[in-house]
Amino acid sequence: MCILVLAEHHDGALAGATAHVVAAAQQIAQQSGGEIHVLVAGSDVGAIAEAAAKLDGVAKVRVADHAAYAHLLAEPTAALLNELAGDYTHLLAAASTTGKNVLPRVAALRDVAQISEIIAVESPDTFKRPIYAGNAIATVQSEDILKVITVRSTGFDAVGESGSAPVQAVDFVAENAQSTFVKEALAKSDRPELGAARVVISGGRGMGNGENFTLLDGIADKLGAAIGASRAAVDAGFVPNDMQVGQTGKIVAPELYIAVGISGAIQHLAGMKDSKVIVAINKDEEAPIFQVADYGLVADLFQALPELEGRL
Amino acid sequence: MKVLVAVKRVIDYNVKIRVKPDHSDVDLTNVKMAMNPFCEIAVEEAVRLKERGVATEVVAVTVGPKAAQEQLRTALALGADRAIHVETDERVESLGAAKALAKLVEEEQPGLVILGKQAIDTDNNQTGQMLAALTGLPQGTFASEVVVEEGKLKVTREVDGGLQTLELTLPAIVTTDLRLNEPRYAKLPDIMKAKKKPMDVKSPADLGIEVASKVKLVKVEPPAERQGGVKVGSVDELIDKLKNEAKVL
Repeated sequence: MCILVLAEHHDGALAGATAHVVAAAQQIAQQSGGEIHVLVAGSDVGAIAEAAAKLDGVAKVRVADHAAYAHLLAEPTAALLNELAGDYTHLLAAASTTGKNVLPRVAALRDVAQISEIIAVESPDTFKRPIYAGNAIATVQSEDILKVITVRSTGFDAVGESGSAPVQAVDFVAENAQSTFVKEALAKSDRPELGAARVVISGGRGMGNGENFTLLDGIADKLGAAIGASRAAVDAGFVPNDMQVGQTGKIVAPELYIAVGISGAIQHLAGMKDSKVIVAINKDEEAPIFQVADYGLVADLFQALPELEGRL
Repeated sequence: MKVLVAVKRVIDYNVKIRVKPDHSDVDLTNVKMAMNPFCEIAVEEAVRLKERGVATEVVAVTVGPKAAQEQLRTALALGADRAIHVETDERVESLGAAKALAKLVEEEQPGLVILGKQAIDTDNNQTGQMLAALTGLPQGTFASEVVVEEGKLKVTREVDGGLQTLELTLPAIVTTDLRLNEPRYAKLPDIMKAKKKPMDVKSPADLGIEVASKVKLVKVEPPAERQGGVKVGSVDELIDKLKNEAKVL
């Protein structure tokens, strides 16, 4: 058995998600003692490969460092994975927008199914995954010779960093005449990443407008929290899309999730109901969010938020 | 340019599903069904391209049981010109759907194929990408903006960190994200006219493919239930509980 993990990286650094995916790989390998390799693809990724080599349980880091893989465009990255896949029984990536974009393309090139967003490993061929916005958990078993899998980071505890795997270059350079990177507009923040934060405070339609989201800043500062939002807030233009928590946005499972002015639609719950403690602040006592909240405060957020910030 | 739009029949997004007592699957008896919300956005985008004079014809397709023809009629009512139903009662997973769609792409030779990014039942988010692989075409997934410009496609995508813009050669595959557009509602006269628009029915065998998946559904369970919570009377009480009871502060 041999497992290849596609490393997730941003801004010149290895993303935290990779350590969670390696953890999932370890669970798959544990009974049959297979090897785990990490593939770092991109442009100028030497430092990222070094970081990946430190992850516990990794036997080898393979590096495809070439302009062709900058921005991990789907067409060349899938071609690269397709080239390497013959040596592996499992292909894993984080269920990030990169993993979701690239991996299904590889699966189809190999004529195998993909199992999206696993939250648990039952055996090397059997996995659990959420369906219907997480309102049901499916256990699926694959008979494909190559298992292509995306991993929900919140389902697995990250591995440590005491390893020292060898790093080996991959020579294959995929040709790509079909897609070109034009530009990107990425949010820059000093706050922790939504997917990894210990505390998340999110605003919904009840916030009223984008400016009012600053009411969350002081609280987020005091709690070291990330700030999220419901789909309604993003659709209304209050905040950008990268803050959306929900079925088709970010999936978070922090120690503490505070939902402010969020009604609690099925699709939002899908993104946060695995949080350890959920707090809801909403002036509507019938709001569905109170059904999942451990602590519910029926109050006007414009009064409650400043009060909360003052008392912390 | 011909535009192909793939749609899926799924549960209505407001439905709260239940798992069958024998844990074999989700219970869909008497559940309200509808067009997948992301597919509605796909149909809307295709129709807008036609209204703008970029698309000459919009063809709606679906892979599924006979009942899925309801969703094709909806697509026709919203502005699609004709429909193709690949009829099967088998459980269709993404690879099977992509294989059927790839054959249709071969036959129809569209300039653009638009799909929803994910179906809200399986939450797979795979079919568009798989179709792109099988047809050897570029993919613009999670699109929040699509512009056809000088024979190329500029796609702005919603990614984890924000927005990314790519330029793709045509033909291309696009999957829609939530903010690509706001779909229209079908008007009654158009619903009536849709009944007369052409619908072609084929089987997977007609296309020379098999839709069966090598992934077996072993069981379906409800998620872990959260314990009921309490209402607190004040911010002070909230902080006290978070500090001393939940111990997260």
